Order: sequence, then structure tokens, then C-alpha cells
Amino acid sequence: MLKKRIVPCLDIADGRTVKGVNFHDLIDAGDPVLLAQKYSDLGADELVFLDITATVEKRPTLIRLVEQISAVINIPFSVGGGISTVEQTRELISAGADKVTINSAAVSRPELISELTSQFGSQCIITAVDYKMIDGVARVHTHGGRRATDLRLQDWSQQLVDLGAGELLLTSMDHDGTKQGYDLEILAQIDALCAVPVIASGGAGTVEHFADLFAQTAVSAALAASIFHFGEIEIPDLKAQLKQRNIAIR
Amino acid sequence: MTGIISYNAGNTRSVSNALARLKEEHFISDSPSELDSADRLIFPGVGEASSAMQHLKRTGLEQYILQVKRPFLGICLGMQLLCQYTEEGDHSCLGLIDAQVRRFRLQMDVPHMGWNNLKQMSTSNSLLLGIVPTDDFYFVHSYYVEPSIDTIAKCKYGLDFSAAVQKDNFYGVQFHPEKSSKCGEKILENFLQI
Repeated sequence: MLKKRIVPCLDIADGRTVKGVNFHDLIDAGDPVLLAQKYSDLGADELVFLDITATVEKRPTLIRLVEQISAVINIPFSVGGGISTVEQTRELISAGADKVTINSAAVSRPELISELTSQFGSQCIITAVDYKMIDGVARVHTHGGRRATDLRLQDWSQQLVDLGAGELLLTSMDHDGTKQGYDLEILAQIDALCAVPVIASGGAGTVEHFADLFAQTAVSAALAASIFHFGEIEIPDLKAQLKQRNIAIR
Repeated sequence: MTGIISYNAGNTRSVSNALARLKEEHFISDSPSELDSADRLIFPGVGEASSAMQHLKRTGLEQYILQVKRPFLGICLGMQLLCQYTEEGDHSCLGLIDAQVRRFRLQMDVPHMGWNNLKQMSTSNSLLLGIVPTDDFYFVHSYYVEPSIDTIAKCKYGLDFSAAVQKDNFYGVQFHPEKSSKCGEKILENFLQI
């Protein structure tokens, strides 16, 4: 049976792991290479590595860091942040990344997704979508959540899948950093709409939040950052407790 | 000494890193004369099948692979390319494994992505020694190899497909041993002993 994935996210700024609350107020959370190794050893199923400053500063993602991480871990990981070309993607995959995460660039130029999937296969391409509720509508935001768009989350998610995206990483900006639980309603809705795996992101604070996510939605993975970085939940303990609740966990 | 075949479709670095962690001497090459110096070959793969096959033809690697007598391990796309035919780009493949590659047509998410366990394993097969049915491996693929006479382990995702194959010196795994933590390391160690 296919297992539900527990996915620590390493937000990177200037080569360090950071974590913010509602996309602001960044706190240093450690050396990404050491954290990657620790999570891999503890049983994380996959790692997501996002250079959250790359889009804004228009600089390429840190290839060197990807090489270092790839050398120490033996689980899959994706890299994102500021990726807007086939060439950048090729560099990251050559550096050892298994997948890339595309966010703002897909909004500016949707055909990028089909260019990437025709080169690398859709399984290499995660499309990340940050969204926020505005007047009761989930609206897509870009540039690390700084820029609102007119896109509705439902329409955009569907379009990304049609373009060939292999996976959707959905982050609720309203839930992110609050530790009040995942955005179950929207996640269930988008997951039902889209025939690709969905990674839920934003709001994990307790073991219950993971259990609720997997019990109440069919998403394939749960992403979290701060609770892992600051040791509030240990991955082996989380996985053991989810297994006890009959959730398919490695 | 293990040679990793580079053919513009792949995660050669991930495989190289995995072999480095196992302290196995290895090199990455697309040159048949260099690859000849390896005791065994690994054929990784991430990418699109028909363009990968065209690249193999253009570079002469297709003819080279067909005559290899040493232990040979295709990973993911590398395993699919060992088969007769793939629906991905509607293309013939190397024809070393007697099976077809189909697209998942399921009422489930595609790609099949994540950790899954094996079933109906040939437990005595050298590649699978020490692997048990509760071991999980990392899969990520939208196309699958149909079960055939050459199947040595299956996996279930909506339907049963080949998770591992073998014919003579040619082995293939649909999952990524280089990304499958300890269980994947075991598979690679087994291959290095063949």
C-alpha cells in the first residue's frame, strides 16, 4: 500500500534554514545540511527545500547547497525558489535534486510547466501554490506570498494539472505558522478536483493535525517546518502515533 | 568498479552519491570504451522515454547496452527502457525484458508517488536477498512495466505492476534504491555482490 508522506520543509534564506509566521518575521532555524541529514535519519519520507528569497532577489537557487544535501541524504528531495527556466531546472537536477518546485514563474508564464515536463517528466515537477482567503475566495499569491493575483486556487490548480504538473504543494497563507491545523476543507476540495498527489502545507502544530489531515482528506503528504525544526514534534514519534491510528505510514 | 551510464536523462548524481555512501568505486560516463572498464553497470533514469531512446540510438549506447554481459541494473526509466515497448512517446525500447510499458489509467493520483512495499517477491533472487514484504521503497512514475515472465517482484497501485525484473545479467527496479533509505541501500549492496 502507498504510504502517506511526512515531509519536513526547509525554508532557506542566505544559506540558512529559516521559519516565519504568516510568511514574515523570519527566525533562524539551523544549518540546512545538518537538518536534512537529521530528518533523513529520523525517517522523514521526503524533503522540500525552498529558497524563499530567490524569487524576490532574482538570484538562482543555491546549487552548492543542493549538492551538499544530495551527498548526505538517501531520501527524495525537491528544490524550489526562483526557478523560471529549463536550464535552471537542469542544473538543480544535475546537482542532485529529484524534483523542482515551481511557483511564481508558472503564474507569469504557464507554458514553463509543459516545457519542463516534456524535458524531465511530470514526476519531477511540483507546482507550489500559496493561497489566501480574500472575501471568501481562495486567491493565489506569488513572490513568497507578497503579491496577490486574480487567480482562484481551484482554477489555477486545475490548470497546473492540465499543463502537466506532477504534484501540487498547497500552502494556506492564513494557516501557515499558526499551528492551528491544516486547511482541511480547501485541501480536500482541491485534492478531489486534481488527479495528482497533493502535499498539504500550512498550520501543522500537533500530531492531531496530521491525523485529521489524513483521516479527513485524501492528500498524499503533509508538510511541516517549524514544529520539526524546533523539536516540538519528533518525526519517529509522529509516525508511530499515526500508525496506531491505522494511517498508512512508512 | 561500477560504471553509471550517463545519457542525458538522469539522476546520475544521486546514484553516484549512493554508491559513494556505500564506499563503492564508481564513475559516470557515456563512452562505451570507458564503460567497458566497469565490473557492472547502472543505468539510472529520470525523464521522458522516447527522447531517452532517441538519445541512446544517436550516441551508439543502444548497441553498446545490447551486448553487455556484465551485471546491469536499470533504475526507474532505466528499467522501462529495458522492455520491448513504451506507451510514453509510443516508442520501441531495448527489448531485453519481455514486457510492455503502459501509462497508469486509474481513478487514483498519477504519478504513483511515494513509498510502497513489494509483493510476490522471488526472495531467492540475488537482488532481493534480505528484503521483506514490509520494506518500503520510493516510487515515482506515471508509466509502469506490465508483469511478465521476467518479473521478480510486484507492487500494487490500483493494479499489480513489475517493481523489479531480471533476465540473465539485466536487472531492473521501478523504485529508486538510491532514494529508498536503508532498504534501497540493501538493494544496491545486493547488486554490488552479483
